[in-house]
Amino acid sequence: MGPEVVGDLNFSVAPQSFQFLTGPSGAGKTTLMRLMLLSLRPTRGTIRVFGRDAAALSKDDLTTLRRRIGAVFQDFRLLDHLTTYENVALPLRAMGRQESAYRAEVVELLRWVGLGDRMNASPPVLSGGEKQRAAIARALIVRPELLLADEPTGNVDPGLARRLLRLFVELHRLGTAVVIATHDLQLMDQFGFARRLVVGNGKLTIFDGQPS
Amino acid sequence: MNEPIVDPILAVQPEPGFQTNAPLIPRDSVAGRALVVVIAIMTFLACLTAGAALLIADASQAWRSDVLRDATIQVKPQPSDDVESLVAKAVAIAAQAPEVESAHALSKAESEKLLEPWLGAGLDLSQLPVPRLILVRLRGQGAEDLATLRKALASAVPQADLDDHRVWAARLGTMADAVVILAAALFALMIVAMGTAIGFATRGAMAGNREIIEVLHLVGASDTFIAREFQAHFRRLGLHGAVIGGLAAIAFFALASLLSFWWAHSPGGEEIAAMFGSFALRSSGYLALGVVCAAVTLLTGLLSRTIVMRHLQTLQ
Repeated sequence: MGPEVVGDLNFSVAPQSFQFLTGPSGAGKTTLMRLMLLSLRPTRGTIRVFGRDAAALSKDDLTTLRRRIGAVFQDFRLLDHLTTYENVALPLRAMGRQESAYRAEVVELLRWVGLGDRMNASPPVLSGGEKQRAAIARALIVRPELLLADEPTGNVDPGLARRLLRLFVELHRLGTAVVIATHDLQLMDQFGFARRLVVGNGKLTIFDGQPS
Repeated sequence: MNEPIVDPILAVQPEPGFQTNAPLIPRDSVAGRALVVVIAIMTFLACLTAGAALLIADASQAWRSDVLRDATIQVKPQPSDDVESLVAKAVAIAAQAPEVESAHALSKAESEKLLEPWLGAGLDLSQLPVPRLILVRLRGQGAEDLATLRKALASAVPQADLDDHRVWAARLGTMADAVVILAAALFALMIVAMGTAIGFATRGAMAGNREIIEVLHLVGASDTFIAREFQAHFRRLGLHGAVIGGLAAIAFFALASLLSFWWAHSPGGEEIAAMFGSFALRSSGYLALGVVCAAVTLLTGLLSRTIVMRHLQTLQ
């Protein structure tokens, strides 16, 4: 077993809250995100997700909980053999919903993130920014209770970054708890109401946001 | 949380030709194409084995039925006997038996002709005690008990020996059954080999598509959903291979049937037909080939699903 990436962290993400997770590269932001997404198990300590101990979850429980979480990965993790539309619709398809029932919803979301004319394109022909937006749309499509976004604006221009952030804020207002991992200080400054979780040297410091 | 994030009414239908539900496991891959080839070859061989077993079983049934419908009375005269009168007496006794449809004695010349393959033509056999044969056609399917006829012949013509061909038919039957069992064993081995190939291919596909499985898990797909996708993927490959192999086998048997029809009218064709039947599968035979193809398709899907489910259960 290698050295601990992060340790002795205590924090909670409240329902309908909005926070940035920040810190220098390699500080453990992505590891923390993966722990919250239940794709990593901690070597020690306890993680509770939606009131359930992550260590005691069955596979079925894990599936049920993941359906309440939307995730945007730093490397997008889009499936190259599917179109943008199919990638975004994937969570709904995995839930067993009929394509005809979600088509309008997916198409509209894709148009909203500026991919209306790229629905039939596959990820290898998309630019970095387009992949980013497709990954965000995939995370949002299920209206998650918790949204975890790892550097969601890293590949888009500042204008689109603000627009996407506004989408996250809108989602937060509708009741989603949002955690955004970023080291874009300027971006965080634009959303001063957000709580900041700063990881560094394996430890976590929390700064509460200012009331908006 | 079920409220849509955007208003669906605002959404416009996508342009025609829009791909919306592609298989989650990529259809075209080198491993997938190789598996189709393996399944096609295995299905072809399995169909050939099954078809051959059916042909042999049919031919064996026809042989037995033919052989058992006939009996032979062999009259072995002593030098002092009047052969023709013994033969006539035996024919009369046989013809009167209720289980006999007809009895026909071969002439001396016909009997001697039967020896030509062994002794050669042009020999004077008048000095040899050549036995005379009486061909007896029985009523029904040859299940009659010929004990009464045997007893009547023994008392009236002791030189006559009745052979009801049962020993010969039993040997033929045993041989044919052995060939059919061998074919069934070969068929089973091919299915096992095909199952093993599918198993390897499934594990390979899982390793090659690990990223897809991980993404599916992260977006909330259950193991059952993922296994169903793999099952559909392999069922498609299985169907593809089974159809190719099955059609090739059907074409093979149709061609063999045509050729045997052609051979039947050529010199030596009758002997081949007598030995192997007509090479023509009945419609039930072709149906059996269809069943083999369907079974291969189902086996491919179910086997891959089982392997995927087992593998997913071991994942954390």
